[in-house]
Amino acid sequence: MYSELVMQHFTDPQNVGVIDEPDGVGKVGNPMCGDVMEMFIKVKENHIEDVKFRTFGCGAAIATSSIATEMIKGKSLDEAVNLSNKAVADALGGLPAQKMHCSNLAADAVRAAIEDYRSKEKGTKNEGEQREE
Amino acid sequence: MGERRVVYLDHAATTAVHPQVIEAMLPYYGERYGNASSVHSLGREARQAVDNARATVAEILNCSPREIIFTSCGTESDNLAIRGVCWMRRRQGDHAITSSVEHHAVSHTCEQMERQFGFEVTYLPVDEYGRVDPADVERAIADTTILISIIYANNEVGTVEPIAEIGEIARRRGIPFHTDAVQAAGALSLDVQELNVDLLTLSGHKFYGPKGVGVLYVREGTELLCSQTGGGHEWGLRSGTENVAGIVGLATALKLAEERREKESRRLTALRDRLVEGVLSSIDHCWLLGHPSQRLPNNANIAFEYVEGEGILLALDMEGIAASSGSACSTGSSDASHVALAMGVKPEVARGAIRMTLGHENTEEDVDRVLEVFPGIVQRLRAMSPLYEA
Repeated sequence: MYSELVMQHFTDPQNVGVIDEPDGVGKVGNPMCGDVMEMFIKVKENHIEDVKFRTFGCGAAIATSSIATEMIKGKSLDEAVNLSNKAVADALGGLPAQKMHCSNLAADAVRAAIEDYRSKEKGTKNEGEQREE
Repeated sequence: MGERRVVYLDHAATTAVHPQVIEAMLPYYGERYGNASSVHSLGREARQAVDNARATVAEILNCSPREIIFTSCGTESDNLAIRGVCWMRRRQGDHAITSSVEHHAVSHTCEQMERQFGFEVTYLPVDEYGRVDPADVERAIADTTILISIIYANNEVGTVEPIAEIGEIARRRGIPFHTDAVQAAGALSLDVQELNVDLLTLSGHKFYGPKGVGVLYVREGTELLCSQTGGGHEWGLRSGTENVAGIVGLATALKLAEERREKESRRLTALRDRLVEGVLSSIDHCWLLGHPSQRLPNNANIAFEYVEGEGILLALDMEGIAASSGSACSTGSSDASHVALAMGVKPEVARGAIRMTLGHENTEEDVDRVLEVFPGIVQRLRAMSPLYEA
């Protein structure tokens, strides 16, 4: 059902965990009806210096999270924010049709983390107006 | 790793055909290839084989051979029972009663009768163990009720329903009563007189028989609209050339299963308890789904909080252990099991349910191997779950 690469990322996922004092956090999904992904990023000079994730979900959800973190690490925010679900699925050598939504979730989590960072940045620039979710 | 035997814990999905069953079937693919409807000796030989098989099944079900219909699978038997009764009794009423924990072969058929054909269906609730309360059945009966269908033993959580009690109510009220006994065969009594059922479904491949053959028991006097018209096979209820080898295989397998039923049930119960106790005592935040004692001897269904079932299945598979999440029929979707939800299990917990169903070839060593790897698998997946705070 899954490609070798998916199984590899499921068995040995990269960048699992949390970042203390992250610059941005993206949390997407809902445990009631789907998968949940958390993406933590550290940003330096407009680039993703570090990224970690935690995922509640199927094998594909774990693998897409893992490869998405690899794909954005070291990239500029503008590049990372444009990570598409198709790029994630392609990088894994494809996903079964019924698991394509997992790649959406990974791309969404990346975007949410970057948006969180950007809104905080904006807040800091506008004199420390912080938003908590 | 070498050539390691797969520990197969998915007997509720299907079983390996027993060697004696294969042996009994083979001649009917070879030299005894006749059509049971033919007049010549080859045909008569096939007819004799079907007749013998029917008598064997009838004896185990404690009924007349005239009441046994061979079909192509359990799903077909369920469909024939439900559609057959609903259409035949349409003039008497349009209301059917079933439970909220049926196999999809029953529930989706009922849903179609409801949505496409205007029948009314009551889906009875279950308690936290998945049991239907017979009093609820009685209360749901209306003047228009024409059929009751309740699963004998649940395919996902293994809970055994009070079929004889429900059957008594149905009998008293004059309503045909169907039970899907697909998972019960080989584990529980199939005596239709004790069970007070009018229709009962079996499937060959769940008790070490072949795939592609099922049984519907139809009590004399229970009127059904046939599912297939044609040459009038199976007492006119299911036309189509008999699957002679399959029918012989099913009957042989059922006989073998019945002979070893009590002894094997005791053995499997002990193995199952070892498995369940082992898992529950070595892993926190997990529960046994289904009834603690009124359950199939071979079924262990355990829900693990904070993780998703598929991840556990994949990891078990890599260890050479074959299990299932919820019901194998709904894999491909990550939806929580309708059975677990009906029992009041929270959706996110239901999604972490793993079904392990034991069978003949399983040993204590198999169970111990599962117990050896299970805690590590759950721990690893929890470590990457945002829902888990150790």
